[in-house]
Amino acid sequence: MKSTFQPDKNGYFGQYGGAYIPELLYPNVKEIEDHYIQIIASKAFQQEYKSLLKDYVGRPSPLYYAKRLSGKYGTHIYLKREDLNHTGAHKINNTIGQILIAKKLGKTQIIAETGAGQHGVATATVCALMGLDCTVFMGEKDIIRQAPNVARMKMLGAKVVPATSGSKTLKDATNEAIRYWIQHPHTFYLIGSVVGPHPHPDMVARLQAVISEEMKWQLLEKTGKENPDTIIACVGGGSNAVGAFYHYMEEKDVELIAVEAAGKGVYSGKSAATSQLGEVGIIHGSKTILMQDDYGQIVEPYSISAGLDYPGVGPLHAFLYDTKRAKFMNATDEEALQAAYELTRIEGIIPALETAHALAVLPKLIFDKDQVVVINLSGRGDKDLETYIKHLKE
Amino acid sequence: MSLIASILKKKSSNVLSIYFTSGFPELNDTTKVIEVLSKSGVDFIEVGLPYSDPLADGPTIQDSSQKALKNGMNLDLVFDQLMRIKTTNTTPLVLMGYLNQILKYGEDKFCQRMTDCGIDTLIIPDLPMLVYEEHHRELFKRYGINHVFLITPLTTDERIRKIDSYTESFIYMVASNTTTGAKSNISKQQIDYFKRIESMRLRSPLIIGFGISNHHTFIEVCKYANGAIIGSAFIQFLKVNGVKKIPEFIQNITRSVY
Ligand SMILES: Cc1ncc(COP(=O)(O)O)c(C=O)c1O
Repeated sequence: MKSTFQPDKNGYFGQYGGAYIPELLYPNVKEIEDHYIQIIASKAFQQEYKSLLKDYVGRPSPLYYAKRLSGKYGTHIYLKREDLNHTGAHKINNTIGQILIAKKLGKTQIIAETGAGQHGVATATVCALMGLDCTVFMGEKDIIRQAPNVARMKMLGAKVVPATSGSKTLKDATNEAIRYWIQHPHTFYLIGSVVGPHPHPDMVARLQAVISEEMKWQLLEKTGKENPDTIIACVGGGSNAVGAFYHYMEEKDVELIAVEAAGKGVYSGKSAATSQLGEVGIIHGSKTILMQDDYGQIVEPYSISAGLDYPGVGPLHAFLYDTKRAKFMNATDEEALQAAYELTRIEGIIPALETAHALAVLPKLIFDKDQVVVINLSGRGDKDLETYIKHLKE
Repeated sequence: MSLIASILKKKSSNVLSIYFTSGFPELNDTTKVIEVLSKSGVDFIEVGLPYSDPLADGPTIQDSSQKALKNGMNLDLVFDQLMRIKTTNTTPLVLMGYLNQILKYGEDKFCQRMTDCGIDTLIIPDLPMLVYEEHHRELFKRYGINHVFLITPLTTDERIRKIDSYTESFIYMVASNTTTGAKSNISKQQIDYFKRIESMRLRSPLIIGFGISNHHTFIEVCKYANGAIIGSAFIQFLKVNGVKKIPEFIQNITRSVY
């Protein structure tokens, strides 16, 4: 599929993307760039990837018609149940794919960054599965607020290294992972979202594309049409959203809605709504939209949700924003919490805090009664119970 | 010819360059540090432009950058400071900063202010060669600015040759696969790499940096290159001992060399 939403040969989506990396990283990135497309396209990879997704992850993930939620909003809402995947989020689609690529490249040591800890857990899981060594970088602040995932990673045999610089969150964990990669060029950096230098955003997008690939036939079965009217997903780096949008980007009649974290309010100074607050800039080797001050210093973001607490977005999202192909909305901490309580009470599903942001735009949208809306339920809320309970009491 | 190139023409061995972060330890120390370094006989000075997320830097330079930013350092201020010593300073300066700062400031404005300060050499560690070829080569040429490329033990010969052909000042030879940070020894593996590059007989002078920290490591790497850059070890010294003691640090590095 050649389209406007595929990167060019240097990894650009319009003006965004590329590989803005120090020479120290050039050979590491080049090795992946030279091989990833070929590996992913190979029959051996496809067989193993598909079989692991089916029998290990539990795919296809159900497309569930949320009857009571639909009733409340007077429309037809389907939930793409990525929360039911093994390890509890969409992140494992990507880690299964990348671990197979790593193995093909002969790598034995894996590193990753994590925010919410979902990607860290998904990485530690596939490393255990393949018998590979695993080191996960995680911001000190996130280690505290996502403690259950830290325990899971450790039980899975991963080493969790606290990132103590900057805001001590996802951005800083990514910095530390990249610095470690510079010093250990033979490790494989298993990146967790559609961010980083080319080819990482494209590689991760291809591996998450399975979400919308399944949506097509599931919707056909359930509604008689492959295309929904609207797809809603939350955006941290943007991988679950890209996965849910991927096979619909060229279908202009499908409305794509990306939801960012507005923290205490978009303009409160405590927010992670990158598209609203950012400008063109470079972060983690990619040209994208970035929250920065007048002198190009990266601004520390804020969100209650560790997985959305990131001052950039993937380059494809920056392009979707500029071209208006996707509509960018946002939800505050408070709105996300309310949406999480709502889904829990009327559908019996406790969503991840990240996912709750996608749900939180429902009251802000006006729906037609025949509209088919898919919300990508990117993860489950077990890891966030402490936060939920604390705020429920308040 | 760039100012650095003319220095390197006159002196082809044991060239000593010091990197420091502007606005560190105190906001107005930038010019003082340059003055003292200059008097101490340093051959050229790298002025670091503090950045919030310096990917190629280890903890020491990360910390000095954070401190400088807290002190209120920014590009306008650093150019104001450097402008003030333009006529008195006799040691060539090189600027080192990350691409995002320069993009946000405005690339033309950056180049203009830099040349106004009499500086003609720039290191942007995260400027990819591809983007340089498509855009910055032309831009820098208009302002008479030379960009310094880094090479590492994993840079291919083909790429090194290309870098050599683009270079008008020196090639920054990263001593090992590391971020910046002081180390006390040079390994056999590093020496093999230095020898391999030496045997390529490049047209550009080679200056080795990252991990050079003391007299011993300085002398050792100078056997294989025209000189070396010391950064983190200097910053650590400066943090503990202050600006006045800088000459001690430099004498300690160079000792019997002169
Ligand atoms: C459940 C869940 N959803 C969403 C995200 C945000 O990441 P992305 O935007 O890459 O999907 C995370 C990240 O940790 C997550 O755990």
